[in-house]
Amino acid sequence: MTSIQSSRVQTADLRGNEWIPATTRRFLLRHPGVVRLGVVVLLLLAWEIAARFAMDPMFISPPSRVFTSLGAMLGTDGVPNALRLTLFELAVAFAIAVAIGLTLGLAIGLQPFARRSFMPIVLLVYGMPQITILPLFILAFGIGPASKIAFGVTHGVFPVVVTVVAGVQNLKPILLTSARSMGASRWQILRWVIFPHMIPSFFAGMRLGMSGVLLGVLLAELYVSTAGIGHFTTMFTETFQPNKLFGLIAILAAMAIALNEIVRRVENRFSRWR
Amino acid sequence: MANRRDSAQQLASRAVQIAFLLGLFVLWYCATNFWGVNHLLLPNPVAVFHQLVDVLQGGEYLPDLRVTATEFAIAFVLATTSGTIVGFFVSLSRYSVRVFEPLFAGIYSIPIILFLPLYVLFFGLGQASKIGLGTTIAFFPIVLSTIAGFSNVDRTLVTAARSMGASNYQLLRYVLVPAALPVILTGLRMGFTVALLSILGSETIASLAGLGHHIVQLAEAMEMSRMFAYIVFVVAIATLLNVTVSYFEARGRRLG
Repeated sequence: MTSIQSSRVQTADLRGNEWIPATTRRFLLRHPGVVRLGVVVLLLLAWEIAARFAMDPMFISPPSRVFTSLGAMLGTDGVPNALRLTLFELAVAFAIAVAIGLTLGLAIGLQPFARRSFMPIVLLVYGMPQITILPLFILAFGIGPASKIAFGVTHGVFPVVVTVVAGVQNLKPILLTSARSMGASRWQILRWVIFPHMIPSFFAGMRLGMSGVLLGVLLAELYVSTAGIGHFTTMFTETFQPNKLFGLIAILAAMAIALNEIVRRVENRFSRWR
Repeated sequence: MANRRDSAQQLASRAVQIAFLLGLFVLWYCATNFWGVNHLLLPNPVAVFHQLVDVLQGGEYLPDLRVTATEFAIAFVLATTSGTIVGFFVSLSRYSVRVFEPLFAGIYSIPIILFLPLYVLFFGLGQASKIGLGTTIAFFPIVLSTIAGFSNVDRTLVTAARSMGASNYQLLRYVLVPAALPVILTGLRMGFTVALLSILGSETIASLAGLGHHIVQLAEAMEMSRMFAYIVFVVAIATLLNVTVSYFEARGRRLG
């Protein structure tokens, strides 16, 4: 019954499109993803046409040319290395951010007093625009991977702390009390009560931490114009090679999407234990 | 009894917070004054304070502040108008929500700051590239929350208003907007924060003027205490703006 109603609502949504055959219309209604893909293809087409015929090829490049020059871009001396190094920095920064965030989050979250005292400080620091201290990181850690990892960690650690604390906080007190009354030790409570209950928020924190780490590492990579990704973006910009610039950025964006998607899949998988 | 214990605990928390921050300051002071930490990494807090007073009194921050504020204001206004309008039209049919919402959410999960070099190539090093990037980054939280706000309005309210003969305008003005406002306001606050961050960030990475640019200049000139003073200044402004926006968000929620 409900499905009939909802399909009627949706058919009403596409009123005025009677020129589309009924079977196609039904197919499109069932699969909005196809239409979404169509929208993306249309946008790419518009970009292609605009870049080919209306705009200066010094500044913008059509997607087809970006795609065909991917090989040349990757052949530029140092680019594959810079990409590999960025991936390495992302992985290390993510691991450190999650480890520190989990430890800090548990230390702050498990004790109500510590939570009340230190959460405001964590939130205060979290709310600050960290980008202003980026030059300091470069001065302290140099232009190599260390500064980028450090900047990624400071961006990724706070969301992890905040979500872990929230996860511990939402634990029902009765679970703790009953575990204790049945004679569970501190370790047993941590392992069998607290840990399983904070898994959903922990993975949510990992997802937010991943976007933080991506932001931090990429900001630092773009800021340093003498090494790594920032060197090549600056070079491609200054020598007016939009083909290569667009390609490099597309690869980095694909990297970001893939990492986000992995963390999201893991989160979906592990959050369903209840 | 419970009340008194609560307030005593609250007092204790405050004391711990203040002690923690004071401890940090003392550590900072000792590290620079007695333990010989390099002044190029960490300047003396007293020197930073003097520089801060000097910066505030001299008013040399005004041109940079004006640049950043203009960029930010234009970007936020553009993102707000485009985000709410696009979000409203997408939310008109359930089908277009299903088509467009995942698209926007997908792009939103990419760190859009990546596209800064493209904006710089296209719009140049000046203000236009910052406005463009800030608008793009702030657009996504605003459009997503607008879609969420309008498409989650209780259908009963809409049907009731219609059956009482509300016109399209009345429906929008008295039913849809008040019901969607809290969610939209959250998106506006997030857009505000990320626009500010991305504009400061793009000024830091590649620009000709602005507060972020000034901090980088001071870093390159190794004028560390003045740079710290500027960082404190910018952080204070950003915090003040965020607090103000959160206040208006809370007020707007109550109005809605």
